[in-house]
Amino acid sequence: MATVVPAPAAPGRRRRSWRKLPVVHQVRQSVGLQRGMLVAGLVLTGVFVFTAVFAPLLAPYEFGQLRDGDGPFGAQQHPSGDHLLGTTVGGYDVLSRVIWGTRTALLVIVIAILLSIVAGVLLGLVSGYFGGWLDRVLVVICDAVYAFPSLLLAIVVAIVISGGQSSLWGGIFAAAISITVVFIPQYFRVVRAETVRIKAEAFVESARVIGAGHRRIMGRHVLRNATRTLPLILTLNASESILTLAGLGFLGFGIQPTAAAEWGYDLNKSLSDVTSGIWWTSVFPGTAIVLTVLGLTLVGESLNDLADPRLRSRRAADDPPPAGAVEPGGALVPSGGYVA
Amino acid sequence: MTTTTELAGSPPADGDAPARGSRSRRGSGGGLGSYLLIRFLLIFPTIFILVTTVFFLMRTTGDPITAALGGRLPADQLAERIHEAGYDRPLFVQYLDYLGSIAHGDFGTTLSDRRPVTEVLVTFGAATLELAVYALIVAFIVGIPLGLVAAYFRDRSADAALRVFAILCYATPVFFAGLLLKLIFSVWLGWLPVAGRASTGSEIQLQTLDHPTNIYLIDALRTGDGEIVRDVLEHAVLPAVALGLLTAGIFLRLVRTNVIGTLGAGYVEAARSRGVRESRLLRKHAYRPALIPIITVIGLQIALLLGGAVLTETTFEWKGLGFQLAQYLGARDFVAVQGIVAVLAVIVAVTNFIVDVIAALIDPRVRY
Repeated sequence: MATVVPAPAAPGRRRRSWRKLPVVHQVRQSVGLQRGMLVAGLVLTGVFVFTAVFAPLLAPYEFGQLRDGDGPFGAQQHPSGDHLLGTTVGGYDVLSRVIWGTRTALLVIVIAILLSIVAGVLLGLVSGYFGGWLDRVLVVICDAVYAFPSLLLAIVVAIVISGGQSSLWGGIFAAAISITVVFIPQYFRVVRAETVRIKAEAFVESARVIGAGHRRIMGRHVLRNATRTLPLILTLNASESILTLAGLGFLGFGIQPTAAAEWGYDLNKSLSDVTSGIWWTSVFPGTAIVLTVLGLTLVGESLNDLADPRLRSRRAADDPPPAGAVEPGGALVPSGGYVA
Repeated sequence: MTTTTELAGSPPADGDAPARGSRSRRGSGGGLGSYLLIRFLLIFPTIFILVTTVFFLMRTTGDPITAALGGRLPADQLAERIHEAGYDRPLFVQYLDYLGSIAHGDFGTTLSDRRPVTEVLVTFGAATLELAVYALIVAFIVGIPLGLVAAYFRDRSADAALRVFAILCYATPVFFAGLLLKLIFSVWLGWLPVAGRASTGSEIQLQTLDHPTNIYLIDALRTGDGEIVRDVLEHAVLPAVALGLLTAGIFLRLVRTNVIGTLGAGYVEAARSRGVRESRLLRKHAYRPALIPIITVIGLQIALLLGGAVLTETTFEWKGLGFQLAQYLGARDFVAVQGIVAVLAVIVAVTNFIVDVIAALIDPRVRY
């Protein structure tokens, strides 16, 4: 997830500052098994992002291609030299659709997370900072939305946005916004809680005393401190958004096969294949989902554990932890009340 | 406000978040009684907000009749149908009307097969309930013991394997898990049926019962026919495992995290030094106190289970609410979709209330 985690390292720091970058710092901090899980997650995520970026070069065919120079591919062909992973019931090349699918998934993740961070952080900051009736109303709304099955909520939003049938960008935005609605309460709650806590700190008080306005206090003093736990939720949400996207696709709210490749849609179409023993149309897109989610979750979980002193694997005694295990910036600092 | 802060501070994605949000709006004072009352009253704004949100969201797309029949009927007939159903009135009037009928327990009538949503709920809800209970049983049987083992062997290979297993459970979409199970156990090995809740023969027998509960296991037991009971159970295995494993992974993680916490507590050390056996230490001293956050999280799982049930039921043609919801989605019957979603909102709000009450009864610290 290195691409999404904001890198706080300012240019012109000392030479070893790369070690304090998020992720890099955590890899150095981790030991043994925990390092293994983190690195495995990073590798899987890296492969996912790489595949998404270079999909046109890697995929043997287009995602919507049904025929080549030798004529149509044919439906439900066994894996062979021409089609390494076989063809689907609709006559598409499975391998190509699996590869192109990474691109759809990545786009949806990035859009969904950007939107929900912006909306959730803004709402949480304002709500926690000013308090009052607006705060109460927002908290009750977010609790209600948060308690509701996220997939159902996403379905309702998908109906609203696209009416169910979609082009490439329409479909991607429909999926991304559906996921955003589900995620906003999560960012809202975290940022709001942190804001309420930080608001009472002495440095906010002193800023107010020297005459700083609300906007400056919120932007400079509260926001900077309230967003430190976000990378944790971010990686876990990234994996959740893939699952939601696939779920939507599986229920028929996916993107049309001619507009983009989407794993959930392909799995839905393979439902009847399974009964007749045709395995390659479901196993490969499904495995792609599992590996992507696995990679993101491993990264998220490891970061979470490293931030939680109760769960962090202990270093060997002869290898003392670096002075001040809490790094300024990058480090994911456990805050009070975080580990319930 | 500090209590709310603490609760809201836990990131929900993290398994052990106890935050069933709306618990502590009013802070100090009062005993169990007033806590329960306030918590009970909070059900209503929750339902109200969800129903309102869903209503206005669904209506921004236009009226359901155009969505279902648009393009298939001539314009004047379409307008007539819209007028009949009252969708040409101002939106706010429709909204009040809708709220009024929900208060009377009327969630609307489906467009595609003209059935009251409450009837759909009664017919298919039992099947979903049955599946959810099976899945929870699987989740408990798999998740809790494995979580204890992982916590005890923390940072060793058993722990590593179990944690990867937990993440895999979470990372596998429930419908893909279902497809794989189907492929292996039904198609290749032929041990278990591919789909459905019972074979046709058993289903006919079950229909002949008077006052069927629609919970097939109970109905099958009532027939007293061992073959039917076996048939029903065989059909339930794969859906229950697919949906149960999803939750099992979360339970495993949760038990592990919390038991690691309690294993480090002073009283566990004290008990160990008194010579309490390790197995007893784990089961009684470390596990019991760790149970409270687990109970709270089950509330969260109900929402997850309902969402997962939609996908599982579609995969296995398990004719429950979720399967029905998918059918209505396919038919663009948005009245039915809105009705079912509203019913589920009520179910979620009420279960969360029950879970909070149980948590309050067990742990005095919860009732502030």
